[in-house]
Amino acid sequence: MQASLVRVMLLQLITVYLAHPDRLCGASSIVNRVRSILSGAILTGAALSLAGCGALNRGFLFPAGPIAGAIRHEWIVVCFIMLFVIGPVLLLVPLVAWHYRLSNTRSAYRPQWGFSWSLEGLIWIPPSAIVVILAAFLWRDTHRLDPYKRLPGHALEIQAIAADWKWIFIYPEQGIASVNRLVIPAGRPVHLSLTSATVMQSILMPRLAGQIYAMAGMRTQLSLQADRSGRFLGENVQFNGMGFQNEKFAVDAMDGAEYAHWLAEMHAEPDRLGATEYETLTRRTTLPHPLAFGAVEPDLFDHVVMLAQKSGHALEVEKLPALPLPMAVSRDVPHDQGMPP
Amino acid sequence: MTGPTITGFLLGSLSWGALPFVRAWREPNISEIIGAGAGSIVVIGAVVTIALITWLQAWEYLWTQWFTSLDHKKIGIMYIVIALVMLSRALIEAVLIRSQQAAAINGPGFVEPGHFAQLFSTHGSIMIFFMAMPFLTGMVNYVVPLQIGARDMAFPYLNSVGLWLTAGGSGLMMASLVVGEFSTGGWSGYPPYTELNFSGGPGPDYWIWAITLASIGSTTAGINIACTIYKFRAPGMTFLRMPLFCWTAVCTAILMIFAMPPLTVATALLAADRYLGTHFFTDDLGGNMMNYVNLFWLFGHPEVYIVVLPSFGVYSEVVSAFSSKELYGYKSLVIATMAIGVLSFTVWLHHFFTMGQSADINAVFGIATMAIAIPTGVKIYDWIFTMFRGEVRFTPPMVLSLAFMVTFVLGGFTGVILATPPLNYMVHNTLFVVAHFHNMLIPGTLYGLLAGYMYWFPKAFGFRLNERLGWISAGCWITGFYLAFFPLYVLGASGMARRTHEVFDPAFRPWLYVALFGAFVLFTALVTLFVQLFVSIRDRHANMVAVGDPWDARGLEWSVAAPPPEWNFAVIPQVESRDAFYWRKRNREAYKPVDHYQDIELPKPSACGVIVGLSAAACGFGLVWRIWWLVALFGAVVVATVIIRSFLRDVTRTIPAAEVEAFDRRWLAQAHYAKPVSRQREMSRRNEGLAEWTA
Amino acid sequence: MDSVGPQLRHAGLNLEDDPRESRHQVESDVFGFWIFLMSDAVIFALLFALYGTMLGARAGGPGPADEFKIGSAFVETLILLTSSFTFGMTSLCLKRDHKPQRLTLWLALTLLLGLAFLGMEIHDFVTMVSHGATASRSAFLSGFFVLVGVHGLHVTFGSLWILVMVAQVATLGRDAKVKINLIRLSLFWHFLDVIWVAIFSVVYLQGLIVPGGGS
Repeated sequence: MQASLVRVMLLQLITVYLAHPDRLCGASSIVNRVRSILSGAILTGAALSLAGCGALNRGFLFPAGPIAGAIRHEWIVVCFIMLFVIGPVLLLVPLVAWHYRLSNTRSAYRPQWGFSWSLEGLIWIPPSAIVVILAAFLWRDTHRLDPYKRLPGHALEIQAIAADWKWIFIYPEQGIASVNRLVIPAGRPVHLSLTSATVMQSILMPRLAGQIYAMAGMRTQLSLQADRSGRFLGENVQFNGMGFQNEKFAVDAMDGAEYAHWLAEMHAEPDRLGATEYETLTRRTTLPHPLAFGAVEPDLFDHVVMLAQKSGHALEVEKLPALPLPMAVSRDVPHDQGMPP
Repeated sequence: MTGPTITGFLLGSLSWGALPFVRAWREPNISEIIGAGAGSIVVIGAVVTIALITWLQAWEYLWTQWFTSLDHKKIGIMYIVIALVMLSRALIEAVLIRSQQAAAINGPGFVEPGHFAQLFSTHGSIMIFFMAMPFLTGMVNYVVPLQIGARDMAFPYLNSVGLWLTAGGSGLMMASLVVGEFSTGGWSGYPPYTELNFSGGPGPDYWIWAITLASIGSTTAGINIACTIYKFRAPGMTFLRMPLFCWTAVCTAILMIFAMPPLTVATALLAADRYLGTHFFTDDLGGNMMNYVNLFWLFGHPEVYIVVLPSFGVYSEVVSAFSSKELYGYKSLVIATMAIGVLSFTVWLHHFFTMGQSADINAVFGIATMAIAIPTGVKIYDWIFTMFRGEVRFTPPMVLSLAFMVTFVLGGFTGVILATPPLNYMVHNTLFVVAHFHNMLIPGTLYGLLAGYMYWFPKAFGFRLNERLGWISAGCWITGFYLAFFPLYVLGASGMARRTHEVFDPAFRPWLYVALFGAFVLFTALVTLFVQLFVSIRDRHANMVAVGDPWDARGLEWSVAAPPPEWNFAVIPQVESRDAFYWRKRNREAYKPVDHYQDIELPKPSACGVIVGLSAAACGFGLVWRIWWLVALFGAVVVATVIIRSFLRDVTRTIPAAEVEAFDRRWLAQAHYAKPVSRQREMSRRNEGLAEWTA
Repeated sequence: MDSVGPQLRHAGLNLEDDPRESRHQVESDVFGFWIFLMSDAVIFALLFALYGTMLGARAGGPGPADEFKIGSAFVETLILLTSSFTFGMTSLCLKRDHKPQRLTLWLALTLLLGLAFLGMEIHDFVTMVSHGATASRSAFLSGFFVLVGVHGLHVTFGSLWILVMVAQVATLGRDAKVKINLIRLSLFWHFLDVIWVAIFSVVYLQGLIVPGGGS
């Protein structure tokens, strides 16, 4: 909503700019044309500002957890403070340019005037003061919302491994694993440990928590929490190849009973996530639907972090055992394309 | 393809499948056909250009007067020609990117993921390295020696080498359309994705060598510009009397000198990983891609200011000239420029707040980033106060400058949002970031370069550009920008990832449509720019400004004929104050003959720059395709050319005093008979390049 | 700027009777080369920093204590320092305007030392590679080979440059451009020496002090 309003304001301002040359030189036909285009654009903008809420409710401006909520609050604070910075410029540029136009013979003209100490003070000191205020907020909130910082309460531990092009979520305490679906209990903090089986990726759950990179051989962390049950979007936002656009997963926040039910269902799943299954999973493929594993090899995540566990993408495809996993193999740049040994 | 076969030796890893035409024949889908079409455009364009030049019998003229020229003005113009050609390609790619996303809502769209990834990678790489950089280098090349009262750059031969290295790099970019494919790793080429394990094809190699040529070219340009400004200012042209464009040029040059090496190191080590099997940025055996990310942004952030500062210089010149008023707060602007230059090296980490470093580190870099907003804001106010109590004329460059001030402040607004780490966690890697940096770079770089192009064009070619088409073009650049990028802010805040080939949320549809429409408006702006050039050349006889001062402007560059003679100044001017030419006009000292004309020594044209630049590109092509004999051959050509050139002594020629005098007297006579034009009528045919001096 | 600039103090630049403008050109030619060296120094600074971060990234492969031969590195240091001295003598010859043969002799001696340094370095590298300590063994060895190798490439380039200068002195005599080139070459050669001193301290001596490496 806010961005759209700003845009409508801006378009009006530009109409003002473009009106100037017209009056100077009498090229009215162009300006009329430009004006009609602009008014059309303004109408479209206004219409879109209504539609915009439909998109923005996918993002952190409609938070579903305390982290996203706090970030939204900080967003509003920063936007408010910044109004004092952009406001004067947005007003002064058109006003000054228009008032001192060449054809306005009543405006003052001082061609040799080029310095004033009081104006210097005005343009250096208040912006510096605003930056100091913003810096204070920034320091506080960066520490408060550090993604590594644990939320109050007993957190659920989940380990996330970024593969091409899917996410593997291991629940070490429960001994289960879920691929491309993250189920969390609503109202309880969650602590994610992340690593990558492949290139760098970045996890983002827009309505719950900000992002953090997952990198091979390293472990990063992210705290999050959902306030209520519901289904939210999770995605990788760091480009990592041809299946990148499909690397999305559902985050299902469930209330207590529902979550317990899901756990019981998971434990009943027959498949076990071991080394061979992991190698198959980490091939460069996309999945048509999420997978569930009722058991997980202990310390799988740690092995991946220590690079002690081979990833499928590094193996020759022929050497991999055939597994009854539903893998949709998608197109990729062949490894051997045009390369002499 | 492998083994000691003769084709393997001759062609390395090249095969028929590398040609997009063959790929489109084998697999005729729309994505491959677009690829083949783009390749055909390059081939047909090259053939048509060569045929046209041959038909016009212009080879000798182009070779002797342009390609081999060491004249800073011609080199500057050639840089800008490269920039405009590459701008056209990258803008068409932008339209394709926006079309794909608008078409691919719950569907595959019309280009394949690999093709789409190449589109955004080439778009970014070209816009930064082969549009913005050549454009600004060309402009600095053209304008700075004229502004500081010099006859040429400090190193004319090095200047030519830099130009042709950039041309060679552009050639490699173009070659990737016809032979093989380009990188899919984006303009930043993050490993390990760009390592052999994940990108085995020639794409990242094209990226590496094209960028390497461009960055070496830029390093030489930086050395040249800095040395010119430090050592070749006219007598009396103290630092604090230089036009502000020179200040921004010297600051950009310093940034180039210190910021290009990290890029060179990053790309060279990535090449070492790919060619020699080292482990700098690989996943295994101790490699660490975080080193690459640091190196890249250690270059990448100063790079932002390398491309933005010259435009700030242009705005300073344009706003002052078209407000008919002294630049407000000159010293303030100088201090702000240098402060931005220094601060630009202290903020690189804000490109990866999300890599898991401590809150302390993130906060420090976030605050440093916001601190840059202070000098930048000061500059905006300085330009506003320059208009204050002035007489503002809304010429196309001025319209672009005003649009810049408003738009850039909005970009600064979202910049502060991105500089705040917690907010950054939410919008990093989304379209919000894409919208933000386009919001900085389109007004902050492109508008400025276009404003400078329109402002100095009459100086370079002796006739004005058509203002009416200039306004249409500027209007399209401005509205197109808002339409194309403000929707992306909304989409980014809604969590839409950047670089995504397919969109799965229908709610994003209206925004993507508006953005696509904006892309078309921007494309119209580009077309209008070329139409303006065409119409202006057609009507040039009616719009001559040969006397050389069409805007009643202030710097020394306006004190000579338009176009200026090869030697720039009949005699090196003595500078008494800031805005030297302005005061000379007011004191009735302008357009006076010189007491005593002297012989002038100028560098002779040299083919060495062309040979070095194009051989280096051939070398790069050999490296991409592992054709080792090509690498060895052209590597040897580069070294041999440099050595042979160092033995040559007959490298200057002398313009006799009589020729200088004849030119100067002819020009003075023109100035004598010209009718001064008032500011009200400067955009009419009465403008002969002699301004009426009122106050 | 108006008055004739400060007297040129670059060793060897006896460019008397030159017009002011060409002296100006000399000043800027040497100044431009200093700027280039600054840019080059940034490259080395970054390679040193990378080497520092990769000191512990050995991936089970050999470390400094296993592979570095301090004796050989020390001899290489002495050779390179001596070559700096001989180049200093070249500069003095240039300034004192001795016979051309003497200048060429000192240049040739510098070249010989440069080649000896390169020979030893290549020998060290070959020995390491024969142990299996190649650049592709671990990130630490990648960092080592690239840092020391880039310096070696600079020495190779400098040696080629000396060769070219010997040829120029022989064919063109000592005109202004040859003198400027010799001044720039001397800056380059001494710069390489300084970088080597840093390599000797950071790579070889540090490897000696901390047998276990950085981490």
